[in-house]
Amino acid sequence: MSNLIEIRWHGRGGQGAKTASLLLADAAFNTGKYIQGFPEYGPERMGAPITAYNRISDKPITIHSNIYEPNYVVVVDDTLLETVDVTAGLKKTGAIVINTTRDNEYIKKTLKGYEGEIYKIDARKISMECLGKYFPNISMLAAIVKISKIMTEEQLLSDMKDSFKHKFAKKPEVIEGNMKALEMALQSVEKI
Amino acid sequence: MSIRERLSGNEAAAIAMKQINPDVVAAFPITPSTEIPQYFSSFVSNGDVDTEFVAVESEHSAMAATIGAEAAGGRAMTATSANGLSLMWEMVYIASSLRLPIVMSLVNRAVSGPLNIHNDHSDAMGVRDAGWIMLFSENNQEAYDNLIMAHRIAENKDVKLPLMVCQDGFITSHSIENIELIEDDKVKKFIGEYKPDEYLLNKDNPIAIGPLDLQSYLFEHKAQQAEAMKNAKKIILEVANEFEKMTGRKYSFFEEYKLEDSEIAIVCMNSTAGTTKFVVDSLREKGIKAGLLKLRVFRPFPAEEIAKALENVKAVAVLDKADSLNAAGGALFEDVTSAMYVNKKQVPMINYIYGIGGRDTKADDIKKVYEDLQKIAKTGNVEDPYRYLGLRR
Repeated sequence: MSNLIEIRWHGRGGQGAKTASLLLADAAFNTGKYIQGFPEYGPERMGAPITAYNRISDKPITIHSNIYEPNYVVVVDDTLLETVDVTAGLKKTGAIVINTTRDNEYIKKTLKGYEGEIYKIDARKISMECLGKYFPNISMLAAIVKISKIMTEEQLLSDMKDSFKHKFAKKPEVIEGNMKALEMALQSVEKI
Repeated sequence: MSIRERLSGNEAAAIAMKQINPDVVAAFPITPSTEIPQYFSSFVSNGDVDTEFVAVESEHSAMAATIGAEAAGGRAMTATSANGLSLMWEMVYIASSLRLPIVMSLVNRAVSGPLNIHNDHSDAMGVRDAGWIMLFSENNQEAYDNLIMAHRIAENKDVKLPLMVCQDGFITSHSIENIELIEDDKVKKFIGEYKPDEYLLNKDNPIAIGPLDLQSYLFEHKAQQAEAMKNAKKIILEVANEFEKMTGRKYSFFEEYKLEDSEIAIVCMNSTAGTTKFVVDSLREKGIKAGLLKLRVFRPFPAEEIAKALENVKAVAVLDKADSLNAAGGALFEDVTSAMYVNKKQVPMINYIYGIGGRDTKADDIKKVYEDLQKIAKTGNVEDPYRYLGLRR
């Protein structure tokens, strides 16, 4: 089972963390993997903390529980850093990626001495620049693919292009912006 | 060639219904099964099916409408969860006693109260004596496959009983996973047309359905229902055999996972069986002879077959995702222990009530059960057979 990769997403209701986890599952599926993508449903409402999960493996996945010792954690909203224990169970050999503009000292302090790799990305800037609206999930998808190397960047770009064509069949004008956001995000993930 | 896809359990159930293309679907939305009629109604709007979709005002009416449709001679389906099934309850018994092979997709959820929308099996256990065939599904694939096999079993002339396909709410209904779909034409051919012998809209052979049935006949009719449930065992295996020829996927009353040489075993249903397989694999790597009996067919209950499968195990734990609140044990535990006793198999057995109201069942929880079983296997002593798993103290 060493090839099983487990990812936990932390976001707030309405930011698309669930959608991003499903997009990641989709993209990994298209590279031939076995996948799971599922949110942890609670009393959902806009702005409330939510958790979503991915399992990705070369072999069929039978386990059906939440993920307690993830390889990777994605934080879509940095205001969660002070209220949710985002590194709980996160493997030292893994990594966390945070959508933030906060300084490195603040990030390290809120992660309570997490010893694995820490990455940050300014998804707001990318989204505003490419889409004119704040949709952080596409940037975070690119960031986790780059860090986890679940697939190559080329695979991600070509797969997402197909998927956007299908998803946005009725509003093709947003495809270019989303593709630009993906490419920009792949370039701007920063290790701290 | 089968179709490689990734779908949630609800999507898988809706696609199965699309391929089945029943005459009537009547449903009322309820979490977590809402998506099934939702997706299905879009298939209707898009012309993918020629089903009459009845958006009823309650689950009681959903079951009543499927009863009417089946009695008229059509093939009818519905989907629900938890309190939706509770509201159907009166009609659920009528469906089976009128011998109408309705097929229901039941996405398991805790029955209120207090209000909880998450998974356990209290809804299904509430209708375990209602005379429906009950199939349980570990994942989206099995939820799909069980639905494809459902009509062939339910409509068989020796059976003629309604059938429900269960899967775990949210855990599989809302989880995207890999799945192999069967081509539309193969499904169509496999299921075939529904041609009941007797039905209300047959003007050449007028009949009455569901009249008064007092002391002189009800007993005999109930005995016929019981006989049909016994007959269903043979038909379930025949249909599974044909299904395996089409897909390569093997089904029976239950799946024995590394059970043959195992010393300790868990019996459970639905998604927890998958988590248990994961734990069995890790224990086997350490040389611990752990196994699993994953029950697929809960009604009819394959008592003799279960007793035979567990006869050489040194200790068995039965996991119930619903508490019978009877101060004795969960429903599955009582069925399994009774099967063992009647078939003269003496194996120490314990019961765990687990996962109530969506409490997550972790691999560590299942490991704990196997650790308890190891102790019992050594001594043969069971001091407290009725236990909890994952309960906060």
